[in-house]
Amino acid sequence: MFTRRTFLGAVSATAVVAATGSARAADKIYIPLISKGFQHQFWQAVKAGADKAAADLGVQVTFEGPDTEAQVDKQIDMLSAALAKKPAAIGFAALDSQAAIPLLKKAQSEKIPVVAFDSGVDSDIPVTTCSTDNVAAAALAADKMAALIGNEGKVALVVHDQTSRTGIDRRDGFVNQVKSKYPKIEIVDIQYGAGDQLQSTEITKSILTAHPDIKGFFGANEGSAIGVVNGVKESKKSGVVIIGYDSGKQQKQAIRDGIMAGSITQNPVGIGYETVKAAVAAVKGEKVEKHIDTGFYWYDKSNIEDPKIAAVLYD
Amino acid sequence: MTNTEMAAPMATTSGKGRFAGAQQKLLAFGTLIILLIGFSLASPNFMQTSNVLAILQATSVNGILAVAATLVIITGGIDLSVGTLMTFTAVIAGVVLTYWGMPLPFGIIAAILTGALVGLASGTIIAKMKIPPFIATLGMMLILKGLSLVISGTKPIYFNDTPSFPVISTGSIIGDVIPGVPVPNGVIVLFLVAGLASYILGRTVLGRYCFALGSNEEAARLSGVNVDNWKMAIYALSGGICGIAGLVIASRLNSAQPALGQGYELDSIAAVVIGGTSLSGGRGTILGTVIGALIMSVLLNGLRILSMPQEWQTVVTGSIIIIAVYADMMRKRKA
Repeated sequence: MFTRRTFLGAVSATAVVAATGSARAADKIYIPLISKGFQHQFWQAVKAGADKAAADLGVQVTFEGPDTEAQVDKQIDMLSAALAKKPAAIGFAALDSQAAIPLLKKAQSEKIPVVAFDSGVDSDIPVTTCSTDNVAAAALAADKMAALIGNEGKVALVVHDQTSRTGIDRRDGFVNQVKSKYPKIEIVDIQYGAGDQLQSTEITKSILTAHPDIKGFFGANEGSAIGVVNGVKESKKSGVVIIGYDSGKQQKQAIRDGIMAGSITQNPVGIGYETVKAAVAAVKGEKVEKHIDTGFYWYDKSNIEDPKIAAVLYD
Repeated sequence: MTNTEMAAPMATTSGKGRFAGAQQKLLAFGTLIILLIGFSLASPNFMQTSNVLAILQATSVNGILAVAATLVIITGGIDLSVGTLMTFTAVIAGVVLTYWGMPLPFGIIAAILTGALVGLASGTIIAKMKIPPFIATLGMMLILKGLSLVISGTKPIYFNDTPSFPVISTGSIIGDVIPGVPVPNGVIVLFLVAGLASYILGRTVLGRYCFALGSNEEAARLSGVNVDNWKMAIYALSGGICGIAGLVIASRLNSAQPALGQGYELDSIAAVVIGGTSLSGGRGTILGTVIGALIMSVLLNGLRILSMPQEWQTVVTGSIIIIAVYADMMRKRKA
């Protein structure tokens, strides 16, 4: 019994050390990025950008984020472990700015520059913020929607959540643009599907049932947009204008097939790349701008293959 | 379990449970030590005071929830609502302190009382309506998740008007006495809660019936125990402890985050199981659970310190849970 116990213990300890030993690099500048998520293709694209910058600039980066965007405390634990590694700089996309302030102050006192990315931090600690202007991007989506439905009719929004900065900004960016510029467009419903494809599908179908004469949908992130596409397909509706956000294989396919009119893309690869680039500049004591706009684009069937657009889309 | 034990659960199980518990604690404790040594050798950044304190801080919430889950699991039940109940009580504290502007003690009492009442409600649904614990608490998990969003208006409630609130979790009474060891108060709260739960389990009638229900509920009923009432009491106690977890997490984040909580029940159940408590009830210890929770956060922190890619961290954590439970089964088979 004791042998088995010792054996199991030894096996697990060896496995842990062996598996991770190789991941440690020597004397390169080390920059951990603590993101808001991990599994979504969007975050993987940010990671790809960060990895590319790391290769170009000869630094080491790691990329971590919690399973869902609600897990504020888990993100804080990740940030805290990252700081324990005494990094040269840190990239951070805050789920809740306030909760992270004590640790950011710690970073500041240890002279570790913080680069905020994606959604920014309500504090003057970060040396810069690399992000998309989500309000302006969603307003562009509203303009495209208005043009496609002839400036009048009913539209609805399927948004990922009502608590995160991006959820709020995209919803408000779209809604306010419609209210101020397109008085004949009526927003009949705004529903939240947690960015989950299936939930968003069900939401879309129920909105279609409630408003059979609806002309357009705006899906405010990748999961919501695909949910809208599936919901419209399952309801066998045609002629509904769908505008999405971000990219991903399914969304790109929907645009090529003409089911989706078009979509707003951020530049996730650019967010990752600029974050690492700014962090390295800060480590070297170079001056960095207070805000780095990583940009957004409208893309549809006509320009999806354009190299400039294709470069920022991810599968 | 043998027939003799079935016939007289109260006479033998608690003694047996305590003995088996001691062995399991040793096993879990050994795993913890091996992990600590392994990570210390692998990285000089692991065994620093600030990182050890960060690990303890990261354990506090899951540890308290796991203690709450242990009580229910020993009765042979399960509580899937611990995570969202924690969030719900945090939101209630936010309403009392921030929206109503009442002094801190009212917020603390409101959170714990709300937790206990919701626990009592779950216990009543299970004991009186005879709905299986898995279903009853699954329903409760969703109800509370929704209510947290409704009450908070889906926005985090901040505690900026109660400057002393963050002290509950992030302040350090120990650090004030002994500078240089600023153990966060949240950790002290965990140990106090664990001590109290351990005392209740080992030294009180409530604890005794907790084991009796888990070993053989029917036998307990036939021996004249008011099974329903004791069960409700245990769920209420467990709920009250979730209320304490709600205060600790809200204090740590200086906000009640209404969307948080789902998924935390699985972390707490994992800690309970690694700590050697049997999911079929009748056997378990609080100390084992606390060690189980520590193992989980040491493991996660260590893997992060070693910069292991996140997808592999998850794989390793899952494997450790299976290894721990398998080791426990091997031991039981031989015992």
